[in-house]
Amino acid sequence: MLTLKCPYTGIMLDESELEAGGEAHLKRYGPESSDDDFESYLFMRKNPKGVHFERWRHAYGSGKWFHVARCTQTLEVFGTYPAQTLKPPQEILDIIAEKRPGWSWDMPS
Amino acid sequence: MSEPVTALGGATFEGAVTITERPAQGMITIRADLSSAKIVKALTDVAGVAMPAMRGAVTSADTGLLWMSPDEAMLLCPYAESTETVAALNTALTGEHALIVDVSDARAVFRLEGSACREVLAKVTPADLREQSLPVGELRRTRMAQVAAALRFLDNTTVELICFRSVASYMFKLLSTAAAPSAQVDYRF
Repeated sequence: MLTLKCPYTGIMLDESELEAGGEAHLKRYGPESSDDDFESYLFMRKNPKGVHFERWRHAYGSGKWFHVARCTQTLEVFGTYPAQTLKPPQEILDIIAEKRPGWSWDMPS
Repeated sequence: MSEPVTALGGATFEGAVTITERPAQGMITIRADLSSAKIVKALTDVAGVAMPAMRGAVTSADTGLLWMSPDEAMLLCPYAESTETVAALNTALTGEHALIVDVSDARAVFRLEGSACREVLAKVTPADLREQSLPVGELRRTRMAQVAAALRFLDNTTVELICFRSVASYMFKLLSTAAAPSAQVDYRF
C-alpha cells in the first residue's frame, strides 16, 4: 500500500483515502493543435519501470490534487508537491538524482 | 420553527466505548481563501473564536471554527442560530470570493467516550490513530469503512465524529460493531 503525504494538509494518507489521476505533467493540446499532438495528449502515456510522476487526489479530505514522484518498481516515494506547477520542484529532482544516479527525464517544456 | 430532528434520535450504544448521537449542531461550510487576512477577520468576528491553524479546531461552548482544507473552513454555532449566522457571514464577506452554505441538516455528529477510542476507530479507518500522528484537538478528515468522516479528539478518551446525515445509520452500526464488547483486541497505542 502507498502512503503519501498531502502537501496541502500535511497528513500521511493511505492509498484508500486517495484517488489516482494518472500521469502528471502532461501538456494539454486542445483546439487548433495538430492531430498528432492531440492524440498524444489524449492517449499516449508513459509506463516506466522506475521513476514516475503521478497525480493523486486527496479524495477523503481536502479534495486537492497533488503530484507524487515515486518509483514504480520499488514503490519508494521520493516526494509529493502541490499541483500548481508545470515541472517537478528542484528539491524533488535532487532527491531522485541522489537515489537513482544516471536517471534522466524529458522535462516538460 | 419546527423541532430539529437528528438522524437517529440520539441513539446510544454501550460497549468498549460509549457511542452517542449528538443533538443537532449548527454547521456552516465556508469555501474561501483562508490565507486572506480579510476573510480570516470576517470568520473570526462572526464565530467569536480565533482562526485555527492547519488541521486545527478552535471551539468555545457552542461555537467554533474547524480547518478543513486550505480553502475550506467549518463554522460551528447553535443550531437555532445557523440562518442568522449565514446572513452575518454573507454581510461580513461582501465583495470577497466566498461560498457559504448552511449544512446543519446534512450532517450527523457522534461522540465516542472511553479509553478504547483509538482502538475502536482504528478498526474502521485507514488513518494513523497513534497520538503522535493524531494529537488531541486536531481534525482528521478520513474514511470510516465506506464513508467519509471528520474526527477530532476532544481529549484522550473523547472523540467527536462528523459524517453525512444520509450515512448516519451506517456509521452508528459500523461503530457499534467495532465497539462490541466481544470484539476488543486491547491494542495499546
